[in-house]
Amino acid sequence: MRAPSSNETALGEVLLAVEEVSLSFGGVRALTGVSFDIRKGEIRAIIGPNGAGKTSMLNVVNGFYQPQSGRITFKGNVRNSMRPYAAARGGIARTFQNLALFRGMTTLDNILAGRALKMHRGFFWQLLRYGPALQEEVEHRRRVEEIIDFLEIAAIRKVQVGRLPYGLQKRVELGRALAMEPDLLLLDEPMAGMNLEEKEDMSRFIIDVNQQYGTTIALIEHDMGVVMDLSDRVVVLDYGRKIADGTPDEVKRDKDVIRAYLGETH
Amino acid sequence: MPSLDPSLDTLPKLLVHNASAFGSRPAMRHKDLGIWQTWTWAQVLDEVRAFSVGLAELGLKRGDKFTIIGSNRPRLYWAICAGQALGAIPVPVYADAVADEMAYVLAHAEVTLAVVEDQEQVDKVISIAEQLPQLSQVIYDEPRGLKDYNHARLTSFEDVQAIGRKKLAGDADCRQRWEAGLRRGAGKDLSVILYTSGTTGRSKGVMLTYENTIVSARNANAFDRLDEKEEVIAYLPLAWIGDYIFSYVQAYTAGYCVNCPEAQDTVVQDRREIGTTYAFAPPRVYENLLTITMVRMADASPLKRKVFDFFIGVARRWGEKILDRERVPLHVRLLYALGDFFVYGPLKNQFGLSRVRIGYTAGEAIGPELFRFYRGIGLNLKQLYGQTEASVYVTAQPDGKIYCDTVGQASPDVELKISDSGEVLYRSPGVFAGYYKDPEKTAEVLTPDGWVHTGDAGFFDPKNGQLKIIDRAKDVGRLKDGTVFAPKYIENKLKFYPNIREAVAIGSGRDFACAMINIDLTAVGSWAERNNVVYGSYQELAANPRVYDMIAQHIDEMNRSLAEEEVMAGAQIHRFLILHKELDPDDGELTRTQKLRRGHIIDRYSPLVEAFYNGSTDAQITTQVTFEDGHKGTIAARVAIRDLKPYPARAAKMERAA
Repeated sequence: MRAPSSNETALGEVLLAVEEVSLSFGGVRALTGVSFDIRKGEIRAIIGPNGAGKTSMLNVVNGFYQPQSGRITFKGNVRNSMRPYAAARGGIARTFQNLALFRGMTTLDNILAGRALKMHRGFFWQLLRYGPALQEEVEHRRRVEEIIDFLEIAAIRKVQVGRLPYGLQKRVELGRALAMEPDLLLLDEPMAGMNLEEKEDMSRFIIDVNQQYGTTIALIEHDMGVVMDLSDRVVVLDYGRKIADGTPDEVKRDKDVIRAYLGETH
Repeated sequence: MPSLDPSLDTLPKLLVHNASAFGSRPAMRHKDLGIWQTWTWAQVLDEVRAFSVGLAELGLKRGDKFTIIGSNRPRLYWAICAGQALGAIPVPVYADAVADEMAYVLAHAEVTLAVVEDQEQVDKVISIAEQLPQLSQVIYDEPRGLKDYNHARLTSFEDVQAIGRKKLAGDADCRQRWEAGLRRGAGKDLSVILYTSGTTGRSKGVMLTYENTIVSARNANAFDRLDEKEEVIAYLPLAWIGDYIFSYVQAYTAGYCVNCPEAQDTVVQDRREIGTTYAFAPPRVYENLLTITMVRMADASPLKRKVFDFFIGVARRWGEKILDRERVPLHVRLLYALGDFFVYGPLKNQFGLSRVRIGYTAGEAIGPELFRFYRGIGLNLKQLYGQTEASVYVTAQPDGKIYCDTVGQASPDVELKISDSGEVLYRSPGVFAGYYKDPEKTAEVLTPDGWVHTGDAGFFDPKNGQLKIIDRAKDVGRLKDGTVFAPKYIENKLKFYPNIREAVAIGSGRDFACAMINIDLTAVGSWAERNNVVYGSYQELAANPRVYDMIAQHIDEMNRSLAEEEVMAGAQIHRFLILHKELDPDDGELTRTQKLRRGHIIDRYSPLVEAFYNGSTDAQITTQVTFEDGHKGTIAARVAIRDLKPYPARAAKMERAA
């Protein structure tokens, strides 16, 4: 599906490292001592059966959940707790398993909302619509239009997001995450509920984002075919524990993975 | 005023002229990043010159063939002119052609250089590069995704222009030399090779000289009084003669502005923003607009629906008469004005047709109901009959003399005649120079004294003297009992129903006529939603008995209207089925311009055709399909066949009389 690219042979430096992270809700242990890293420029997949703790893992990474123990190092800074807005400011963007768009707003406005953190002029400057505020607005709109062009959603630029089919809403959400110009993009099941054609489109966009903008991507996905085609490295979770970590080929051959994820032969 | 100076006999010369005559007028627009970017004629000359000099530096020279592959983007149009300025010959290729088709055309035309739109086309060209030993350079417009490609034979459009600009800046004589080279071109020179998609067999390369296209374009401009103030939108395939003449040659001869849409699926919005004044579209485009409207109206509130239906009724009855400036009662005029305010005006605005002064439909016959609908709401829609071999124009309808069943009178400078066998022949300055490397085929079509066989059967309407096309000459057949059977005529009648996207009528040499139907997924899908019909795919929806009921009703209605026509009454549809898949150019069932390839379809679905005539009520069919990425699969289905009761020809008339 993809031509062998440079980042498969030479992996970049570690962008984010998760060490011995454990998370529990009351007596339920969602994650138990999970460690892995995400390197600059790669596409990293997190897979596992239902309830394996994949989404919890993403929520820990972007500060939505606070792990009870363990360490997270992002861009060289160690932390064990962080607020989601701080994560966003630090360069982590994400999309959600169940869409979280502003349904009454247009595609354009939704993506523009992704630029909120990059807007520096205050309320009064914005009201004035003159000088630096205007320049800033022009620049933001240009970036948003580039994303619209990139994701091929020009035809729905001015359509309310709530009226769009599911596959397109997913694309808009990706657009909003891209508008943050993140260093690390977290995608929670970007292809859930899509048909084959939409999946192929989405895969292409993910690869293009990775290659064109050099964005590091961590994604959760159920469709094994997609994961194996798309990602450089895969980490496999089962019942909150890491059971395998490696290239798609390595993972595919791993006995534990076959048993946990692909089913056991009886 | 557009220049008619005969010394301006090539397109590059016209460009140089336009740059000085209307230097600051817009020549081209393109919507990019949500904003319309404009280039004046002077700027276009500058862009073309830079690219052209760059091409020369890359080794393109007089007589070389180069291809253009992609959608309607300014740079691709400039590339055509830039190559022509060097005396090279453009061979535009359909952008949606699969690699195999492309390989045949590019190899046959001995193309040495390709200017393509984006990664998708680059990939296609690379995949067939082995079959094209002459191809030495590929130039792309859109760099996205191409960063990691081997750039040994791959250059971006900008880089080629940069090479050209550097050369122009560094070498003072370069500009003069370029213009001198451009002036060496003459009207008799070969200007373009356009491969016709061909409803049968391999495509043929139609060679057109500058004179062919420029004379035709000037005549057309004069015929409809087009000047530099027109606005058109370029959205039809670059490789189609219609787009070549309309978005390029006519624009250069009249000096009007060509607008390139943002993307293929934003054309309607873009057209609306620009407010085009001159429109040119195959019937399918008008059909789609109407289908979208009807689907939306079905979802509208009852009051809106009532208002809509009422005024559309008024438009049907009186609209055409008002458009043709006939006398109508005063109260009708008032009613029509009201309708214009509430319905027709907003509708035309939605379609982006508010400012259209002249609209043409061409490429295929248009359904009379469809034609009347648009004229009824006040759109000056006219018919045109043309061919690639004629540089488009054979006949056209002048303002005020519009009939829905004719294609008009001979265009300026065109001579027409009907052969003894009923085939239409023409002779004009636009007649092509022959098929490229195919003298045999040329001789079949082009007589030594310059007449061209159209392959269409037709006659002059005795009432108004305009040409009437019945069908492709070889398609018109007879049923066993001798009744005339013109399949396209029936198909066009059927396609008027928004629920029917495509129809294939069968009956030549048979006892009765039958039809295979493709439903329109937008229209029927919306109906299904409103009626709680659940479906997962086209195939499932097509097989639904309630969908069959609906289509049966449409065909029954059509049968009734056929029964009223003397000649065609016997060709009513007795049996029909709904195909389990959509007809697709990738499977060779339609041409790239979306015309039916009848012979191929009948072969491909022969088990279904047999089932029509051996009385079975369903049939098993397995077909191979080609997916968009080129790999093949099969679809199997059991397709049901329905019977219909035809109307007796006489009885229908008597009923009406009674």
